[in-house]
Amino acid sequence: MNLTTTLHGKSFTFRDVKAVLACANEEKSGDQLAGVAAQSSLERVAAKQVLSDLLVSDLREHPIVPYEQDDVTRIIQDGVDEQVYQEIRNWSMAELRHFLLDTTSTEDMIKRVCTGLTSEVVAGVCKLMGNLDLVYAASKLRVPATCNTTIGLRGTYSTRLQPNHTTDSVPGVTASLLEGLSYGCGDALLGLNPVNDSVGTMTEILKRFEQVKQEYAIPTQTCVLAHIKTQIEALKQGAPMDMIFQSIAGSQKGNEAFGFTTQTIEEAQALLKSHGTSRGPNVMYFETGQGSELSSDAHYGADQVTMEARCYGYAKAFAPFMVNTVVGFIGPEYLYDSRQVIRAGLEDHFMGKLSGVPMGCDCCYTNHMQADQNDVENLALLLAASGVNFAIGVPAGDDIMLNYQTNAYHDAAAIREVLGLKPIAEFDAWLEKMGITRDGKLTELAGKPELIFGR
Amino acid sequence: MQDALVELIVQAILEAQSNTNKPAQVTPTQEHRAPQPAQVTSARIGVGCAGTRLRTDTYLQFRADHAAARDAVYNDVPAELLQQLNLPEFATQCQSRDEFLTRPDLGRVFSEQTGNAIAAHNASPCDVLVYAADGLSSKAIAANLENILPVITESLTQQGLSCGKPFFVKYGRVASMEQVAQLTGAKVVCVLIGERPGLGSAESMSAYMAYAPTPGMPEARRTVVSNIYSGGLNAVEAGAYVAEVLGRMHREKKSGVELNEG
Repeated sequence: MNLTTTLHGKSFTFRDVKAVLACANEEKSGDQLAGVAAQSSLERVAAKQVLSDLLVSDLREHPIVPYEQDDVTRIIQDGVDEQVYQEIRNWSMAELRHFLLDTTSTEDMIKRVCTGLTSEVVAGVCKLMGNLDLVYAASKLRVPATCNTTIGLRGTYSTRLQPNHTTDSVPGVTASLLEGLSYGCGDALLGLNPVNDSVGTMTEILKRFEQVKQEYAIPTQTCVLAHIKTQIEALKQGAPMDMIFQSIAGSQKGNEAFGFTTQTIEEAQALLKSHGTSRGPNVMYFETGQGSELSSDAHYGADQVTMEARCYGYAKAFAPFMVNTVVGFIGPEYLYDSRQVIRAGLEDHFMGKLSGVPMGCDCCYTNHMQADQNDVENLALLLAASGVNFAIGVPAGDDIMLNYQTNAYHDAAAIREVLGLKPIAEFDAWLEKMGITRDGKLTELAGKPELIFGR
Repeated sequence: MQDALVELIVQAILEAQSNTNKPAQVTPTQEHRAPQPAQVTSARIGVGCAGTRLRTDTYLQFRADHAAARDAVYNDVPAELLQQLNLPEFATQCQSRDEFLTRPDLGRVFSEQTGNAIAAHNASPCDVLVYAADGLSSKAIAANLENILPVITESLTQQGLSCGKPFFVKYGRVASMEQVAQLTGAKVVCVLIGERPGLGSAESMSAYMAYAPTPGMPEARRTVVSNIYSGGLNAVEAGAYVAEVLGRMHREKKSGVELNEG
């Protein structure tokens, strides 16, 4: 394994595989904060050069956290298809990149090879990709999943309708919910982030979601994103639940900082299968985001892209319905500006697809980042072109509870019309039936929930 | 569903629309977002559309609110305000706003020289020290500090506690209170700090408090009163409450989760 290269007459040597991966990352403020980023632009490219010659086996044999120490590593390593791995273990990372981009590599061929990759390999090849490479390669792959309806089929673009409220007021949430539906949002999920993480609050909201869903016969899923343990308790007490949500990290230590273990997820999953309101089989919803491991000192000296890939490798084991990278929420100390946010969104989607999870993206930003609404509109359009499963919709882009901005309720219809995409089929039919769309386009009723739902 | 609730929602939506359909008028102060009794949510609903996109007035209002939030993050607290309140300014080790935003570790520590100046400003140990820091919103400090500070000081004095001399920290994070406690020997420390602004308000301030804070202590040892602004907990009421909590911390010699547990 060669960890040295010469570039423009200058020699570069990297300590280990972890250092190569970190230095090969595109510039991210979070890697600089962690002290693992390349020290110069030239060093960054030198690391990419070294990385391109490493073999798939080099990366598999050097996981970020040792197998014995970390159940995320164990789940990823144990999930590898050994037969496929034997066929590709001697591919260089450059060869893997060429295979993904080759016009003759079909979706089935790529998906088969992906079963032989660990998350470190997925992250590695990502670092050798330009933005259009990431869009192009990801666009070849679709990862559908089924809860009540099926998300992620080719030709669809879905949204999670996020009707958050500053006090979890049921009428306030309902008003926002009906507004979002009136723009064609919500085919992936009606999903609320509660202010108050309690069984009482989440049950009240879930009952309202269920009531609206039944009353207007809406083919979709619902979820209240409380802590996983709160959700388990609510489910035990009989709350109507289609799926269970949890934020996850790329190491066991990171997951413990989030207050759960693998056993907790297994318990939630088993409980949903027996007590849940959905058809399944995909009943988990995970959220991720570059930098969360560093914020809980659970990154083991690795860069944030590699840790993010490990989230997807871990998520895969639980066959989720949705994985959502909340890409710009964490702040400028991890993703400094729109350039870094857009890059991270494309990386995460690509890596999620290679890992075989149904990927969506909350294209978002906070007010202390160098980014604005134009940037998240750009990212949503790029990801829709890449075949992302879903993005988020909130009233006019402003989430009044989380105090950040993401895509507006309005954006889904615009993106669908521009790129010729449709909502999930059953939801599409529902929109036509309700008169919200006609032949796939918003009608004069759009944005007038009082006319659609009032009488 | 076909009941009183739908009526309520319809009414709320129609009301929001009647506001929206007025001629475009951009109010940079964001005052229109203050909760109205008949309004069920401050979310931007009932805004209508231009095809699949936002109407021009909705779009410009959003832009104005984002601009105000950005200014709150990037602008400095006015020097005149600090002079008027007689607050000396000490900066953390951050050299610029950009560095402050990307290096949370530097926003909680002072150079040796600045540390000495902070120690000299509060030469004798006190029971309670209250200071301000810009944090993520200079507007929050500009909007609330002059109203909250006298209330806290007066109440602490009435409780028979000695108060340290307040000051202002530029490029300051919450955890700057750890080094401030070490430098001044104050038993209880409170930092009044600007919160990360949302579009609804850029004026929201928080008071973070701890008994004998030390570097590396668990976050659970901090007590916070947040949402201090005219549309939330107003500065005067907040001041009285903060002073009461600070008094309790001093009496019971604990803070954060331990204080809640009684």
